[in-house]
Amino acid sequence: MEKFEPKILAFLCNWCAYAAADLAGVSRFQYPSNVKPLRVMCSARVDPLYIIKALKAGWDGILVSG
Amino acid sequence: MLQKPRYIDLNKCTACGECAEVCPVELDNEYDVGLSNRKAAFKLYAQAIPGAYAIQKTDRAPCSLACPAGLNVQGYVQMVGQGKYEDALKIIMEDLPLPGVLGRICPHGCEDACRRCEVDNPVAIRDLKRLAADQFDPRKIKIECLPPREEKVAIVGSGPAGLSAAYHLARKGILSTIFEALPEAGGMLRVGIPDHRLPREILDREIEIITNLGVEIKVNTPLGPQLTVDDLFKEGHKAVYLAVGAHRGIELGIPGEGAGGVRQGVDFLKELNLSGKTPVGKKVGIIGGGNVAIDVSRSAVRLGAEEVSIIYRRSRAEMPAWEDEIQAAEAEGVKITYLAAPQEVLTQDGKVVGIRCIRMKLGETDSSGRRRPIPIPGSEYDIEIDQLVPAIGQRPDLSAIEDVEGLAFSRWGTADVDPVTYATNREAVFAGGDLQTGPWVAIGAIAAGREAAESIARFLDGRDMAEGREPVTPENPVYRPIPEDNAGKAREKMPELPLKDRKGNFKEVELGYDEDTGKEEAHRCLNCGYCCECFQCVEACIAEAVIHNQKPVEREIEVGSAILCLGTHVFDPAPYEDLYHHESYPNVLTSMEFERFLSATGPTSGHLVRPSDKKEPKRIAWIQCVGSRDTAHCSNDYCSSVCCMYAIKEALIAKEHTGGDFTGTIFNMDIRSHGKGFERYYERAKSEGIRFIRSRVHSITEADDNGTLKIGYVEESGEIYEEEFDIVVLSVGMEPDPSAVELSRKLGVDLNKNNFVNTDDFSPVMTSRPGIYVAGVLQGTKDIPQSVTEASAAACASSVSLAQSRGESTKEKVFPEEKDISGEEPRVGVFVCNCGNNIGGFADVPGIAEYAKTLPNVVNVDENLFTCSQDTQEKIVEVIKEHKLNRIVVAACTPTTHEALFRETLRNAGLNENLFEMANIRNQCTWVHSHNKEEATEKAKDLVRMAVAKSSFLEPISDLMVDIEKSGLIIGGGVAGMTAALSLADQGFPATIVERSDTLGGAARDIKKTWRGNDVHEYLSGLIDRIEQHPIVEVLLNADVTGSSGFVGNFETDILTGGKTRTIKHGVCIIATGANASSPDEYLYGKNPRVTRWHDLEQEPNRIKDARTVVFILCVGSRDDKRPYCSRVCCTSSIGQAVNFKEQNPEINVFILYRDIRTYGEKEALYQEARDMGIIFVRYTIDKKPIVTESDEGLDIRVFDPVLQRELLIKADLLNLATAIEPTGHEDIAGYFKIPIDDDKFFIEAHAKLRPVDFANDGLFVCGMAHYPKPIDESIVQAMAAASKAAIILSQPCIKVSPLVSQVDTEKCIGCGLCAEVCNFVAIIMEEIEGKGFRAKNVPASCKGCGLCASSCPQGAIDMLHFRDRQLLAAVSAVR
Repeated sequence: MEKFEPKILAFLCNWCAYAAADLAGVSRFQYPSNVKPLRVMCSARVDPLYIIKALKAGWDGILVSG
Repeated sequence: MLQKPRYIDLNKCTACGECAEVCPVELDNEYDVGLSNRKAAFKLYAQAIPGAYAIQKTDRAPCSLACPAGLNVQGYVQMVGQGKYEDALKIIMEDLPLPGVLGRICPHGCEDACRRCEVDNPVAIRDLKRLAADQFDPRKIKIECLPPREEKVAIVGSGPAGLSAAYHLARKGILSTIFEALPEAGGMLRVGIPDHRLPREILDREIEIITNLGVEIKVNTPLGPQLTVDDLFKEGHKAVYLAVGAHRGIELGIPGEGAGGVRQGVDFLKELNLSGKTPVGKKVGIIGGGNVAIDVSRSAVRLGAEEVSIIYRRSRAEMPAWEDEIQAAEAEGVKITYLAAPQEVLTQDGKVVGIRCIRMKLGETDSSGRRRPIPIPGSEYDIEIDQLVPAIGQRPDLSAIEDVEGLAFSRWGTADVDPVTYATNREAVFAGGDLQTGPWVAIGAIAAGREAAESIARFLDGRDMAEGREPVTPENPVYRPIPEDNAGKAREKMPELPLKDRKGNFKEVELGYDEDTGKEEAHRCLNCGYCCECFQCVEACIAEAVIHNQKPVEREIEVGSAILCLGTHVFDPAPYEDLYHHESYPNVLTSMEFERFLSATGPTSGHLVRPSDKKEPKRIAWIQCVGSRDTAHCSNDYCSSVCCMYAIKEALIAKEHTGGDFTGTIFNMDIRSHGKGFERYYERAKSEGIRFIRSRVHSITEADDNGTLKIGYVEESGEIYEEEFDIVVLSVGMEPDPSAVELSRKLGVDLNKNNFVNTDDFSPVMTSRPGIYVAGVLQGTKDIPQSVTEASAAACASSVSLAQSRGESTKEKVFPEEKDISGEEPRVGVFVCNCGNNIGGFADVPGIAEYAKTLPNVVNVDENLFTCSQDTQEKIVEVIKEHKLNRIVVAACTPTTHEALFRETLRNAGLNENLFEMANIRNQCTWVHSHNKEEATEKAKDLVRMAVAKSSFLEPISDLMVDIEKSGLIIGGGVAGMTAALSLADQGFPATIVERSDTLGGAARDIKKTWRGNDVHEYLSGLIDRIEQHPIVEVLLNADVTGSSGFVGNFETDILTGGKTRTIKHGVCIIATGANASSPDEYLYGKNPRVTRWHDLEQEPNRIKDARTVVFILCVGSRDDKRPYCSRVCCTSSIGQAVNFKEQNPEINVFILYRDIRTYGEKEALYQEARDMGIIFVRYTIDKKPIVTESDEGLDIRVFDPVLQRELLIKADLLNLATAIEPTGHEDIAGYFKIPIDDDKFFIEAHAKLRPVDFANDGLFVCGMAHYPKPIDESIVQAMAAASKAAIILSQPCIKVSPLVSQVDTEKCIGCGLCAEVCNFVAIIMEEIEGKGFRAKNVPASCKGCGLCASSCPQGAIDMLHFRDRQLLAAVSAVR
C-alpha cells in the first residue's frame, strides 16, 4: 500500500503565522510540501464551520496558526 | 552627506542570495558576533530592511596596487582557492595575456606588499597564477574583442611589451603586426630565461593566445636600413610601437675583455635559448649579482661546466638576484664570491685563462640605496678560469632607431616618452618596455604595452590620450583588519625537481602546486579589500543588480532639523583579558554571542552548545556589570540599564532550550528589574530555579581540558566560594558608538564625560545645538521601549519646530478612473513569476503557467522573469487592457512585501485594487522545498489554483475615508499631560486638558529637584504659564470624564465640570492620568510624627538641620505580593534627598535601607557620590524587613546587615519611607475608551517595544505615570512621543482606513450582541432600530478586519470584505 500523505490546509494569520512562514522561506528552512497555506487576517476569522467544510472538501488535516 | 556605495541596485535586487552563494570571500559575520561567516556579498540578517544584498568593498588590495600592471590579484587568488581556474585566468587575462609565463618568472612585487607578511609569509601569489594556467589551457579562454577595425598598427619587438600591446590592441579591435629581429618571438622571455625556469612550450603556447586574435608576428625582421620606421608608415601602419627591449650587455671595461672565452651573459643565454646549446668552459667565472648571472651559472652547470663561480662586488644582502634563485644556484654547485671585483682578464694566446680580482669593502650608501663597494688596496688575487661571462647589466640596442626623427633618448640610452601615454615626440610613434625603462621586470613591460595600446586606440580615434589616466594611489587605504585566528598557517612549499635530476638537462625545476595545495595556499589570502572583484556575482545575478563601479555619492539635503539615533556599541572585554579570559577560553562568551547561540538564525540554528566540545551545557553563569558600574577596570561609572533583564531572559530561554537539569546562575551586585513587568519576570525566573548570587566574581579559570570553567567569587558576607560552569556569559554593557561620538562632535553637539549627548532633564531630546535632536542610547543607556519612545519624542520636537512647513514637499499621485466591472463574468489573468532563479530554478514555471491556463475563468497567463520589475508593471497594465481582465492573480513572492506594488499596478490599469490575489509560490514554496522540484511544482499549482478560485469571487471595494476632528483631548494635567498638550498645540492642533483636581502640575508639585539637581518648581511654573497663555490650549479644572464614544478622528467625550456636562469633540485622546505615592500601614507611618514619606521630609529643612540620624527605607509597599512591581523612581529620589541632607548638614548620619539599588543609567553616579559622602547603605530582604519601634529619644530601627552578618540597631531621629507609586484610580476611563489596564492598574500599551505609547485602538495614546512610574524626564519624553503619534493622525486631511472590514447583514442580525462583546476594538456597536430592537453596526474606522465578529455570529450575519466566506471557501474547496 502506498504511504498515506495527508493533505493539510493551514489557515495562517496575516500578522504572525503567515509572516513566520515567509521568514522560514527567507531562512530556507525545508519542510514537507503537503501543507498549503491560506492567508486570513486573523486566526479569529476561521469559523469552525470552515474546518468542517474543508474536511468535507477533501483536506485530511487543518492547521490554524495565529 | 557621503553615501557609501552598496554596489547593488536596491531597485533591482530581489534578495535571492545568488551573489552570496558564488562569492568566494569569507568574512566574519558581524550579526553573529563573528561566530559564523558571511560572504563579501551579503545581507546582514534575514529580516534586514531593505531586503536587499550589499557588497562590502574597500580599497584595492595592496598586492594589486604593488603590481606594475595592477592585476586583480585578490580576485584570481580567490578563484584559484575555489578551483575555478578558468575564472581565475579570465581575471588575470584582463591585463596579462601570458599567465603561465608570468606565473613562473615574475619577481612578484605583489608578494612583498602582501599583508600576510605581517602574520608570517606572503601568499604564494605567483605560484597560484601558474597553477591556474597549469590547470586550464589559457588558449581556451574566450577573449572578448571589439569588432575589427581597418587601421593597422606596427609593433617592433615581440617581447612582453610588444605582445601585450598587440593583445590589448586586438581586444580593442585594432590588429597589429609584430616585427621581430630574432628568429623566434618572445624577446627576453625567449632568449633571456633558460628553459629550467621557463619551458619554451609554455611561452609558445601563450604567444598563441595573441596570434589567435589575428596578430601577425614577422620573425627575422629587424628594424634597420632595410626596414625603417618611415617604411612602416609607408606600408600603411597608422601607428608604430617600439618595444625593442634591452638586449645589449654592458662591458666590464677592464683590460683583456676582448679575449676569446669572454662572452656577455645575455649573448650566452640568447644562443643557448635559440639553439639549445652554447660553448661552455670547464671553469666558468661569472661577473655580476643579478638574475642573468644566476641564469648563466645554473645553465653552465647544466651544460657540463666543472666549476662555476660568480663574483659579486657587494655582499649577499645587496645582491639583486632573487633569494630563491641564489639558493638554487648554490644547491646546484655554483660558488659565489662576495665583495670581490674583476680588475683584469688574464689571457694566454688571446684566450682567457684567469681573472685578477680585488677584494672590496662596503662604504657609504649610494644613490641606489645600497652601500658602495670600495676596493681594498693590495688585496688583489687571481683565479683560474677558461670562460668569463660578464653579466653586470644590459641596455637597449639603439642602432636601428637612434636616427629616427623625433625620437629622444635619455643619458642612459633609453627612449624618452610621456610617462602616462608612452607617446614619443614623434606623432604616432610610441615606445615602452625595457627600451624605455632599461632592464626591468616583464610585468612592467606588460603594463607598458597595455598603456600604449590604450594610447594608440585613443590616438586613432582622435581622442585625448592622457585624460583620466593619471595614476591614483589611495592615500590612507582602508583594508580588512588582519583576523587574529588566521595566524600560523604556513606558506605551502613549491615542489621541485630533485637536485640529482637537474644535471645535463634543462627540465623545469619548479614543478607547480597540485590542486589541493594550491587551494590551501589561496585560502591564506586575507582578502584585504573585502570584495575581490571576481565578478562571479555579476554573472550569478539574473536581475542584473550588481554595480561594481558604483561610486560614493556626496549629497546635500536641505533639512529643517536632524535627529541623531546613532546607536550603541557593546563593551569589548578584550582589554581586560586577565580578568575575563574572553579571548583565551572558548566557553567564556559575551552576552551578545550567547544571544546568537539562542537564536534560530544563529550559528547553531538555536541549538545551545558549549563552544569547546559542542556538548549541551547544563551549568551556565552570567557575570553582571561587565563594563558597567565599573571604574576599576574601565571608566564606565554608569549602569547600562538593560543587562539584568537580558541576563534573566537568556537564563530562562537557555533553560527552555536545554530542559530539566539546567542551572542558570546570575552573579550580580543588584538586580535592576525596574521596567514595566520586569519585576514579575525576575520573580518568575527565581521560581523557575534561576539562581541570583549577590557577589563579586574575582576569578575565572579553566577547570579541565574540556573547557569547563571555574568561577571564584565572594559573597556579601565575605565568604569565598568556587563553582564550576560549562559556559560563562559576560553581561557586557553599552557604550556610545565611537563613530556616533565622532559625528556628534562634527555636528557641534555637546557630549558629557561618558560621551553621551548632553541633554537637559526638562528637554531630554534636545541637544546643545538648536534643531538637532537625539534619541536612543546615544542620549544615555536605555532599553528598547524607552529608545522607541524617545525616537517618537525627537520626531515630535522636530515636527514642532517645522510645523509651519508641514506638507510643503508632499506630492499626490493621480490614478486613472476606475472601471466599473459590475455584471462582468470573471476574467482572471495569472502572472507567474520566475523571480530569476528563485522560483524558476526550483519549480517548473512553464508547467505551472500551462496548468493555470486550465483553471476556470482564467483567460490569460503570462510568465515573467521578474514580475515586480518596472517594465513588467507596464506590461501588466497593457495585458489587463488587452484581455479585458477583471481579476488578477500574481504567483510570485509574498503579499507582505509586494502586494502594495501590484495593487498600484491594478489602479494604473483602471481596476479596483482589491481585484487582486497573490499565490505565494516563492517564500512558502520554492524556498522551502528547494530540494524537490516536483513537489515544489505541484504545491505551486495548488497555491495558484486556490488563489484563482478565490479571485473569481473578489469584488471591488471602495476606499474608506474618515473626516478628522483636528483637536486633541488630554486627560490629566500633570507634567505629561501639559507636555502632550503643548506638543500638539505648538503644531497647530487645539488641545483640551481635563484635570480632576483644582490645579495643574500633578505629582511633580511635590518634587523639588530632579536627580541632576534641576529645579522642578521653576520648570513647572514655566510650563503652567505656557499652558495658560497658549491661545489654543484649553484647561478644564475640577473636571471629570464621564463618558466617551466614537472612533479615531471622531471622538465625543463627556466632561463633567462645574456641575454641567460638556461634550467635547476631538480626533485623538492622550491619557495622562498619572500616579501617586501610596500610604503605608507599616513602619509607624501615620502613628509617629518622625515617620514621613517621599518628599514630606525635604519640605522641612529645620528638622534635617537638627537631626543626627536619618533613615530611609526603600521598597515600602513595592515589590511585594500586593504590588509585585518596582516603583522605579524611589532609589534615585531617596539617594538624591539623602545627598541633599548630607550637604545641608554634613554631621548627619544617613542610612538607606534597600533591597536592590536601582540607579539605572547615569544615575549610578549619584549612588557612587552618596557612598563617597558616607551615606550608609544596608540591604535587607523582604523576609527580614527592618523593624521600627518608638524609643524615648526617637526611633529604634533594627535591620539585619548581610555584610556584617548581624543585626544593626539604628537610633534614628527621622525615618522617611519611599512608598510604592500607584496609579490614580482610572478604571472608569479605561471603561469609557475600552482600553486595557494591567493587574497593577496601569494602562497597557499596544506593544511594549514597538508601540509603547499607543493603545491597540486607534487614536488613543498613553503617557506619564498612568503607564508606569517614571521620573520627570521620562514622562516628558513619553508625552512628546504620544503627541507625535497623535499628530500623525491630526496632520492628515482625512484618514484613509483599510476598507477590509466587517459587513453586517441587518436582515439576518438578531441583535444578540455577541459580536460587539467579542470585538476588542469597539468596531461593532449595537444600534437601536425602531421596531426591531438592537442591530449590530460596524464602525469601519475602528475595525481591524480580524473577523472575530464574523466567525462568532451564530446567524452568519457578518461577513468580512475581501475575506468573505464565499471567497475563503472557494479557496478551501479548490483542493485536489
